[in-house]
Amino acid sequence: MFAYVIRRILATIPVMAVVALFVFALLHLSPGDPATIIAGDTATLEDIARIRAKLGLDQPLYVQFVTWVWGLLHGDLGISIFTNLPVSKLIAQRVEPTITLTISTLIASVLAAIPMGVVAAWKAGSWIDRAVMVFAVLGFSVPVFVLAYVLIYVFAIATDLLPVQGFISIDGGLGPFLSHIVMPTFALGAVFAALIARMTRASMLDVLAQDYIRTAQAKGLANDKVLIGHALKNAAVPIATIIGIGVASLISGVVVTETVFAIPGLGRLTVDAILRRDYPIIQGIILVFSAAYVLINLLVDLSYTLLDPRIRY
Amino acid sequence: MTIAPADLGLPTAPARRRGRVRDYVRRHPTIVVGTVLLTVMALLAILAPYLGTVDPQALSPIRRLRWPSAQYWFGTDMLGRDVYSRTIYGARISLTVGLSVALLSTALGLVIGLVTGFSRWTDAIVMRIMDGLMSIPAILIAIALMALTRASLQNVIFAITVAEVPRVTRLVRGVVLSLRELPFVEAAHASGTGFFRILRRHILPNTIPPLLVQGTFVAASAMIVEAILSFLGAGTPPNIPSWGNIMAEGRSLFQVAYYIVLFPGAFLSVTVLAINLLGDGLRDALDPRLQRRM
Repeated sequence: MFAYVIRRILATIPVMAVVALFVFALLHLSPGDPATIIAGDTATLEDIARIRAKLGLDQPLYVQFVTWVWGLLHGDLGISIFTNLPVSKLIAQRVEPTITLTISTLIASVLAAIPMGVVAAWKAGSWIDRAVMVFAVLGFSVPVFVLAYVLIYVFAIATDLLPVQGFISIDGGLGPFLSHIVMPTFALGAVFAALIARMTRASMLDVLAQDYIRTAQAKGLANDKVLIGHALKNAAVPIATIIGIGVASLISGVVVTETVFAIPGLGRLTVDAILRRDYPIIQGIILVFSAAYVLINLLVDLSYTLLDPRIRY
Repeated sequence: MTIAPADLGLPTAPARRRGRVRDYVRRHPTIVVGTVLLTVMALLAILAPYLGTVDPQALSPIRRLRWPSAQYWFGTDMLGRDVYSRTIYGARISLTVGLSVALLSTALGLVIGLVTGFSRWTDAIVMRIMDGLMSIPAILIAIALMALTRASLQNVIFAITVAEVPRVTRLVRGVVLSLRELPFVEAAHASGTGFFRILRRHILPNTIPPLLVQGTFVAASAMIVEAILSFLGAGTPPNIPSWGNIMAEGRSLFQVAYYIVLFPGAFLSVTVLAINLLGDGLRDALDPRLQRRM
């Protein structure tokens, strides 16, 4: 077990190395001179030279790579071109709303989607099952920003129930925090919940067809005990896997959701960086988001032994 | 004397054909609904100039922000451009991106997947690279590539393709690896069939059904990514009326003129829904074991 954990942790190193290489290579494999592109159409020659020196583009490629990776390993993500501040500091300033929104969405989606999938599988073919499947297909099809605007229209413009946009930290009181976070959570969570509900239903259908479920029912065990204790427990591993993979959709969605709801998080930082072609920030954000994704999937992998004692390494 | 089939109680030819269509619809409702919706969108895109549209770029400052009416079906935006015309022309961009990315990434993924499925040492290297790329969310790869290139439709298609290729590669490789071990491939090999003949006659045909299904989901995802890129200001250039661009322009005006955002949003959702229904139906039809499960 311990050896497996170590091996699994070590396996994330080549993955992150590829991410780092991709992020580094982007700047150098792109057509044209990166300094000129970053500087934009209105830049003077001095501007371009200044950016080139700042990014270290005047040094040999291997020197640049070693310096950059050395910095990364020390938590140095480079300096923003536009603000002249360290990228790690800019990211640290903006990370709280993003983490808050992601975690609230993660919790809300899992709590909503697993019961939906369980009931749909239990009542397969009924109207509840159909309703869950319709929700799942719609969740996949309505893009996060379209759903976000529909929610804003219904709950903020037409009825004035919730604030249109903005973010209030949980320190600012639970009421204001919840009223601001509920719409972004719902908009961001729809795809994720659809994914989990669908996988829960499929996995439960497989398990419910097993002999031991019939045995449990035949000996008179209550339905809820059969569903939760016997079926869901055995259906848990694929559900955990899809939750891990689905985090990618959360990360993609959070950038858009923050833009729609004017939440000052990493997504907004990304959009500002795109507009200013502030490449070090974009590189830093890709690294941070990818590291988070790899870490979450590492935790999911390690949770398998807890979910299913038959899995031993 | 001839006896008409109808006299014998046999269905006549046209009736039988109608019955077959009805059967097909009953068995694959999602394929039919998806295909119909998608065909309507494709027709809107192709026939855009003949559907009562005006030049989608025509500015008309005195007619700014008119609400939807008999004259301006979807209203006008802040520059007085007709939102209906822009939305209809926007279908061209979305469908072009969806189709191009689906074709390019399945073609590329097929080639890379076939090579890695058959060669152990390329497999080790290429799949590590694909694992790394797959841990970067697709939108971020596309954003990174777009931030470095100039905004154009070709670059958007290229950026989204790069983001989608790893998933297709993984799928094809998986199919190849499992096929390689099957008795019929072994038998073909044992009876002296050449490598390329095995590839063409035994492996390739078996990759088509899963690729077809994957291709539809790639197309749906590509259309959403294109819209998101444009919405964030990293997609098609602003002079092209794509659904994401129209929504981006309506963003700041949402509280006064929400129709600018909602019409292209609805078109995007319906198109993606159509493709997803088609993909779900195809998957059920091509793999009966999965039917009614996912």
